[in-house]
Amino acid sequence: MDITQSHSAPTPQAVRIAKLQRIQDFLFHAITQFFAISVLIALMGIIISLTINAWPALHTFGPAFFFTQEWDIVNGEFGGLIAIYGTLVTSIIALLIAVPLSFGIAVFLTELCPGPLRRPLGTAIELLAAVPSIIYGMFGLFIFAPLFAEYIQPALAATLGQIPFFGILFSGAFNGIGILCAGLILAMMILPFIASVMRDVFEIVPPVLKESAYGIGCTTWEVVKNVVLPYTKAGVIGGIMLGLGRALGETMAVTFVIGNAHRLSPSLFSPGTSIASTLANEFGEAEAGNHLSSLYALGLALFIITFIVLALAKWMLNNMEKKQGLKT
Amino acid sequence: MKSILKKALIISAFSIAPTAFALDMTGAGATFPYPIYAKWAEAYKAKTGSNLNYQSIGSSGGIKQIKAKTVDFGATDNPVKFDELEKDGLVQFPAIIGGVVPVINVEGVKPGEMRLDGPTLADIFQGVISDWGDKRIAIMNPGVKIPSGPITVVVRADGSGTTAIFSDYLAKTSTLFKDAVGSGANVKWPAASTVGGKGNEGVAANVTRVKNAVGYVEYAYAKKNKMTFLSMKNKDGNFVAPDDLTFAAAAAGTDWSQIPGMGTFITNAPGAKSWPITGASFILIYKNPENKANVAEVVKFFDFAFKDGKKMAEDLDYVPMPDKTTDFIRKNVFTKIVTK
Amino acid sequence: MNNTSNLNPAIYAKRKRVNKIGLTLSMGAMVLGMVFLFWILGVLFFKGFSALDLSLFTASTPAPGSEGGGLANAIVGSLLLVGTCTLISTPVGVLAGLYLSEYGDRSRVASVTRFVTDIMLSAPSIVIGLFVYAFVVAQVRHFSGWAGTIALALIAIPVVVRTTENMLRLVPGSLREAAYALGTPKWKVAFMVTLRAAQSGVITGVLLALARVSGETAPLLFTALNNQFFSTNMNAPMANLPVVIFQFAMSPYDNWVNLAWGGALLITFAVLGLNILARVVFREKVQA
Repeated sequence: MDITQSHSAPTPQAVRIAKLQRIQDFLFHAITQFFAISVLIALMGIIISLTINAWPALHTFGPAFFFTQEWDIVNGEFGGLIAIYGTLVTSIIALLIAVPLSFGIAVFLTELCPGPLRRPLGTAIELLAAVPSIIYGMFGLFIFAPLFAEYIQPALAATLGQIPFFGILFSGAFNGIGILCAGLILAMMILPFIASVMRDVFEIVPPVLKESAYGIGCTTWEVVKNVVLPYTKAGVIGGIMLGLGRALGETMAVTFVIGNAHRLSPSLFSPGTSIASTLANEFGEAEAGNHLSSLYALGLALFIITFIVLALAKWMLNNMEKKQGLKT
Repeated sequence: MKSILKKALIISAFSIAPTAFALDMTGAGATFPYPIYAKWAEAYKAKTGSNLNYQSIGSSGGIKQIKAKTVDFGATDNPVKFDELEKDGLVQFPAIIGGVVPVINVEGVKPGEMRLDGPTLADIFQGVISDWGDKRIAIMNPGVKIPSGPITVVVRADGSGTTAIFSDYLAKTSTLFKDAVGSGANVKWPAASTVGGKGNEGVAANVTRVKNAVGYVEYAYAKKNKMTFLSMKNKDGNFVAPDDLTFAAAAAGTDWSQIPGMGTFITNAPGAKSWPITGASFILIYKNPENKANVAEVVKFFDFAFKDGKKMAEDLDYVPMPDKTTDFIRKNVFTKIVTK
Repeated sequence: MNNTSNLNPAIYAKRKRVNKIGLTLSMGAMVLGMVFLFWILGVLFFKGFSALDLSLFTASTPAPGSEGGGLANAIVGSLLLVGTCTLISTPVGVLAGLYLSEYGDRSRVASVTRFVTDIMLSAPSIVIGLFVYAFVVAQVRHFSGWAGTIALALIAIPVVVRTTENMLRLVPGSLREAAYALGTPKWKVAFMVTLRAAQSGVITGVLLALARVSGETAPLLFTALNNQFFSTNMNAPMANLPVVIFQFAMSPYDNWVNLAWGGALLITFAVLGLNILARVVFREKVQA
């Protein structure tokens, strides 16, 4: 075989094809880059549009807007504190309940669950995370709130409500709907989400680490506490923050049961409002001016809060993947 | 994958195909007249095939969306002042009359059984009276067994013409309420236990679900859902129950043709049988609309409603506008709308 | 070797106790969590099934106070909105994902885009609805199905981008290199080798995005609004299941509430069905 054939000059046909391919590759790069950048532009557009529309309110009320407890549509005086308070408190209540429960579910699924049940239960949890949030809102309004008013609220008032200082959280009329109810419904909503993230994260602990601990006589609980948790710490926190992000932005599950009242009260039984429900209730009718602009300002505040929470979550999850050597 | 793509393309093609004869009109606003507008729209579609899509987003929403020109007409029970109408190039006319009724959820009390007057009702909504066992309620209701319990006040969470009508009545009858709270589409309700509902529907839903609640809704909502409404003391001193006869009695004395912009409240009207919290719901249309074909059809729709919609209105306990007024509207308002 | 003499029985007993308590609490948490979740689903199925009959699919939404009625206009409207959203978000998402996986290692733009995509994945959907209202509805002066589609697409695209990129990265480099060695241009490698190898994963991503937007209510509130009648006109307000459910559930009318439960059940079936389909498709790929 004459190998010198492969070193002869390329044919004109080959040159033409090569040129065409260069153009095609350039186009490919340009088109895909365009679409990638368009996602970037969309997000930038959202932030810029929100800021521009929120500017009149921020200009009029200043940064104090976020700390003012006023929502007077008649006189045009607005402040974000009530809505921000509602968003934060319902989300914190949701976390306080969902995190321990999710942790229990994740531990069960990875350590205690008998083999054949593991896959179906795990799949069940993941599917539940996909249920649309409006279902939770309807459940809250129709089923949970009346039961809450009838049994749970009196019980809470009689027990925790009697503690000095702390008891004021559980005072007031038993309406059923209110901040505490919204927090509980949110907890149910983010529970499957956090549980499946925790389960995923617990599963990638290298078995050799756990087995060495068992080998020196640790109990299951000690293995979870001292080996699994520290190893997956960043992933767990990342998962919690992702759940928090979902809870902060949730509209439907909260609007049904939060009571829609622009009032700030120390009691968790009282109705309140969150940023997302204020927007859902009032955006359709706010006339251009302070009211509309204040709503945009609230939207911007929510976006920024969620942004910070998610950026932190991303950073922590990244950290964890770096530790495992999956990323550099 | 390819067949899904094909099906998707076919469906999209249908959506772009022009709907030649039937027009699609959009209106938005008050929840107060929503039941009757929707009924009229069904009948109009059966007659002409045109779809009048009315979305009840609250009176303030109706005003905002017509000002933003995103709908063909706006609906509000909170009438717009004449100067503002002129500035924006809008015309306004009343389309239907109805009554706002206070509704309660108190165990053992039947519809119409509890009687109150304006000042007491104002005190309840202000939070001055906060328990059903209060003596001031018992005095007005001898012989009625009212169990005590903390009152939960249910109001509108959105900007509402129903709120405007209701608060106008409370402010007219109680100077305490007028000074402390005032009247309008959005009011700062001071009671500690106040729950907000979206639309008349939201208030009705909340009152039926929360024990010891009190709220205010348009009568059609109370009647349809068999809610417990109150009897109220009117200006002449008589206790009346709400129905279309007492609403009509209240509206009888109003001469709409004399009011510039036709916008007015008719609360606390004189008359032995008048229901004191009666109100009208108004329509806002541009004098020079952008979509002339749609607005022409909207005008035809209301003409149809005035002529043929009377029985439908009465069935739902609304009061149709009297012929004298509708003739005035045709001659003086519809003619101002440029539809060619 | 006898070590038991070194064992302090008290400490050992305490450790066993702590273990038992901890695991019992975990089991209790599992039971509590499952009870709530199955309670919700149980209520949904129970109430929703009573609303499921043929008229649900053939009749349009009833006026307030009218009897009967169905959800035909809302179902068709939702199908149109979600369908057109998929038509828009799939090419945009897949191409953007291609860029991130093929050029992503060397590009600053790519890493920023990746970060931004993850943020948008969990952005509050109502804020996206506000943006589309300000940008589209207020500008063209009417509510429309197109505005609703755009809002849904802004939610779906990040999902598609992220899953496409992850799936493409899983394709072994040797496959790509073999194609390059034959002299294949980059774009052909991308479409005919890499994308084809990852196609079930990419389809999974599209299905997951579909499932996600099917249940979204807030972005449609101020964009597609709602429609009392049956309409396929994308340039006008469009009825859709989530907003209809929202409106009907909060109302005091019995037939409306019943329809709301029926609609909620339909959406849940659709979302669960899409998720299960995504899993099945993905598993086929792994086994193939």
